[in-house]
Amino acid sequence: MSVAKEINVTPLYQMHLDAGAKMVPFAGYEMPVSYPLGIKKEHTHAREKAGLFDVSHMGQIRLTGTNANKALEKLVPVDIIDLPLMKLRYALFTNESGGVMDDLMVTNLGEDGLFLVVNAACKDNDFEHLQKSIGDECKVEFIENLALLALQGPRAYEVLSEIEPSISEMTFMTAKQLKLNGIDCLITRSGYTGEDGFEISLPAESAQDFAKLLLQSKEVEWVGLGARDSLRLEAGLSLYGHELDNHHTPVESSLSWALSKVRRTGGARQGNYLGYDIVRSHLEKGVHSRIVGIQPEGKMPVRDGAVIEDELGNEVGLVTSGGFGPSVNRPVAIARLQQSCIEEGSKIFALVRDKKIAVEVVELPFVKHSYYRG
Amino acid sequence: MSIKFSEDHEWIEPQGDDLVVIGITDFAQEQLGDLVYVELPEVGDDCSKGENISVIESVKAASDLVAPVSGTIVEVNGRLEDEPELVTEDSMGEGWFIKVKLSSPKELDDLMDEASYKSFIEE
Repeated sequence: MSVAKEINVTPLYQMHLDAGAKMVPFAGYEMPVSYPLGIKKEHTHAREKAGLFDVSHMGQIRLTGTNANKALEKLVPVDIIDLPLMKLRYALFTNESGGVMDDLMVTNLGEDGLFLVVNAACKDNDFEHLQKSIGDECKVEFIENLALLALQGPRAYEVLSEIEPSISEMTFMTAKQLKLNGIDCLITRSGYTGEDGFEISLPAESAQDFAKLLLQSKEVEWVGLGARDSLRLEAGLSLYGHELDNHHTPVESSLSWALSKVRRTGGARQGNYLGYDIVRSHLEKGVHSRIVGIQPEGKMPVRDGAVIEDELGNEVGLVTSGGFGPSVNRPVAIARLQQSCIEEGSKIFALVRDKKIAVEVVELPFVKHSYYRG
Repeated sequence: MSIKFSEDHEWIEPQGDDLVVIGITDFAQEQLGDLVYVELPEVGDDCSKGENISVIESVKAASDLVAPVSGTIVEVNGRLEDEPELVTEDSMGEGWFIKVKLSSPKELDDLMDEASYKSFIEE
């Protein structure tokens, strides 16, 4: 076994350096956290125009074989068998205690199998898990030498349709395999910012040229990991390692909506995934604590790890993600909070340094989603 | 007396009568990124050199403003509470933080002049 951990780079690495990005190590990759524009303006650019993100560090996995969909259902509480051709679905790998090992996107490519996009930090574990659990029922492979770009924002459609008019047929959570500018791509109308947008999986060797083509548009600017985080936080979207982890079920992470009806108790293919009994009991009996949106009073940001107390000083929760939301121009946060404190009007406080900041439980998202549903 | 600099990337500008204006340098401001919140100390508070007296929150993280001198805080730049971006836009001017009446004016001698600070940040 090798001891030294090597740092990887994406196929767009040189472009980030040339663009003047601040690079940071993230999930084993040297990634751009921000560009000279700065996190706030990058964030606003993605909300108002089109932001280009390099997400090539994420894992792109393919499952092939006639039983691949049936096999994957053993690992996710989600309907994969009836996932229509060229559609995507959000899914979760559960573990034996019903906790979440990772969240992922699954696309049904028909004869080309199932296409999975998983988190960079979890991808080796995910691959091993797939290989070990269902490797004898279908072929599990990392698709190497691919890049993944995300183009997000209200102008994303306009920019991309100039290159490929046929994307006008696509609605949110659909996929298309096509040639963009002569390059074989898999394009999905999806993303993780709450905005309309696309993710484009393409050969590594073509990624720089394609990114340059997109950046020729005055609507497009690079956006780094810093703004990616504030965008997804405002959109109320869960981040693995924050709102999701091995120790909390999808119900505790307020992701019950992602559990397909057909896989729930009483459904045609109920259960038969890891941790079903615990997830079922959480769905039926409720949970002690769960993920909620938190609005801090005032202007001081409340960040990850801040303890939440009730009026009597009892610890009742923990902030899982928090910071400043540039689009709402105020601090925003997500927390894991005791069920008893989730009722409206309950008086709770986040501890920031030595101060108690009054916080309010609010509905997520902080910024309305603008997905294109046709 | 000319402007001085601390190793914590603050500028200290003597104004006579043992009064100094304190802010953060352009270098510090660039490192922090976009500022979103500044928590200022109270006028009348005493500060001693090395003490954390203010918190600067950027989109990325919270950082402390460390008192580069000892004394009494006689004025704070209240505009920063609503316009933290003043620090980003004009860190050496409109984006000043506090005015301090020095209790040990000799502490100024321990600070760097502009040339030393320049070579300090180039290291």
